[in-house]
Amino acid sequence: MRRRWIAPSAVVWLVVAAAFFLIPLIATLLFSLRSIQTNKCCSGAAYSLIVHDHQFWSTIRLSFQLALETIAISLLLFVPTVYWVHLKLPRLRPVLSLMALVPFVVPPIVLVVGLLNLYKGAPSWFYDKPYGFLATAYVILAFPYMFFALDAGFRSIDLHTLTEASQSLGAGWGTTLTRVILPNIRVAALGGSFLTLAIVMGEFTIASLSAFKTFPPYIQVVNESQPYEAAALSLLSFLIVWAAMLALVLVGRGRPRPAQVAATR
Amino acid sequence: MAYLELHELRRAFGPVVALDGIQIELAAGEFLSLLGPSGCGKTTALRLVAGFDRPDSGSIVIDGKDITRLSPNRRDMGMVFQAYSLFPNLTTEQNVEFGLRIRKHKRGARRKRVAELLELVGLGHAGKRFPHQLSGGMQQRVALARALAIEPRVLLLDEPLSALDAKVRVQLREEIRRIQTQLGITTLYVTHDQEEALSVSDHVAVMWSGRIEQVGTPSEMYGAPATPFVAEFIGTMNRLQAVVVDGDRGEVEHAGTLLTVDAARGRSRGEKVLVLVRPELLELEPSTNGSTAGDNTLGGEVVTHTFLGSVTRLKIQGREAELIADVPTARVDSLPVGQPIVAHVPTAGTRLLSLNEEPASDEPDQDGR
Repeated sequence: MRRRWIAPSAVVWLVVAAAFFLIPLIATLLFSLRSIQTNKCCSGAAYSLIVHDHQFWSTIRLSFQLALETIAISLLLFVPTVYWVHLKLPRLRPVLSLMALVPFVVPPIVLVVGLLNLYKGAPSWFYDKPYGFLATAYVILAFPYMFFALDAGFRSIDLHTLTEASQSLGAGWGTTLTRVILPNIRVAALGGSFLTLAIVMGEFTIASLSAFKTFPPYIQVVNESQPYEAAALSLLSFLIVWAAMLALVLVGRGRPRPAQVAATR
Repeated sequence: MAYLELHELRRAFGPVVALDGIQIELAAGEFLSLLGPSGCGKTTALRLVAGFDRPDSGSIVIDGKDITRLSPNRRDMGMVFQAYSLFPNLTTEQNVEFGLRIRKHKRGARRKRVAELLELVGLGHAGKRFPHQLSGGMQQRVALARALAIEPRVLLLDEPLSALDAKVRVQLREEIRRIQTQLGITTLYVTHDQEEALSVSDHVAVMWSGRIEQVGTPSEMYGAPATPFVAEFIGTMNRLQAVVVDGDRGEVEHAGTLLTVDAARGRSRGEKVLVLVRPELLELEPSTNGSTAGDNTLGGEVVTHTFLGSVTRLKIQGREAELIADVPTARVDSLPVGQPIVAHVPTAGTRLLSLNEEPASDEPDQDGR
């Protein structure tokens, strides 16, 4: 078998890119390993303090639960919507794309002020609770990520033919969506979901201004007084996102990829 | 009695009339092909039968029941699509099983039926493969098995072979016909390929501009086209504009030449007609003195040769019209390009269409010629 060579220029670029990403992480790791007493390497005290802080667990649990809620609401809301737009109302797609850009254009600080005013009269079970108000704000924030991921997924399959084939075999809309369409846009839906997870796990402005104690405001509080613990926390949040990405790769492995789906047409 | 009836179906998309009141009837177990060029409305008709679209007017009746407003998932129609339509996330077996699962058949019964159908389409060995691991021909076989699994009332095929290469196309169309005959399933087949339609169908309906031009058996369609369009569309046809000179003797005049054709008998003098002659019916002879010789002949010069295997197609430039003639390849050497020839027009077997009437009302002669 012919041996594959990597061009030297590619190796150089790979090293530069790796350095760009790894140096800050290594620096953060080394910083987080400094002893709180001596300010010298190496001690796991910062990590020990963090994992023994009940606020760490409560805030990370809240952020994770909010992320899952946001993902669930977004999928329930956007999958049928994007499906219907692709299938029956393709002229609305550019409108939806434009709407999806709004959260990029409107800064979170403006968004949160607007939402706080909008929902001022809402019942307390919604307005005062993170699972109500904050999740709603996060669904808006995640809209572009979820929409563009799903949009790409729907475009990669022959939606009309698959839908009609399913219907001709006796399946209704619900069955068609859950058993035929969703499995074939699974990677796209997972992509959107994990982007949403990453957004929610790292969202600071809305949570802080609406006075909810999620994970990012907790990092901020720690950062103000405990620099080594803050560095440890940053690394942990990186690990969470990486774990999410790894889960995406593992779940999406071994199944027909969108490219393969498209190739069958 | 008709099993599937399409009554005066009309469907327009804005100003474009895709179907203009078509009327089709299929007996139980019949194989009917809708044949026509792109945009003639054949796929629209099929989609209306499948329930993917609704007609503006008209009705679809199956086994005496009006199903015009019934949703597609309640129609029990098996459909094979032009595009590969297998569910990419399911294996071959799971694809075939899909409709049975929807109908909540028991597991054992499902497995038995799936195995039977995969054997029927010759893919018993490929049950565990995913669609992307199958060739185009194999995918369409699986699609056929999947459509048959639900024991549909009507099998609908929308140009299922158009994406396949020529050899596989011929194999698969014969297989479709074999399976259809074996199961006795009523089948509506859409194609733009006349050879495909003529080779597998009990009846063929030629469509043009949203209307049915003619319905008949393949041999009727080939031998007795009822309209100039059908004559042009089915096979290759020489079309000679002529005027009836003597209806009693069956004489017509084309470009100053008197031709006797049986089909002209009984026509009134002065009637404008189109004489239709199949290329294989024209008999060619080299012309010795450059002029036509004998009765019922047209003169011309060979312009091109097209090798078609056992026959070679010759294009002949006549005095007024261009002629096409198929001659056995073995004797084509005697008719080289540039050779003046005489073409004998047969008295029998030649068709005649009146040009005095509207094309839509053009009817074949009562005697079926």
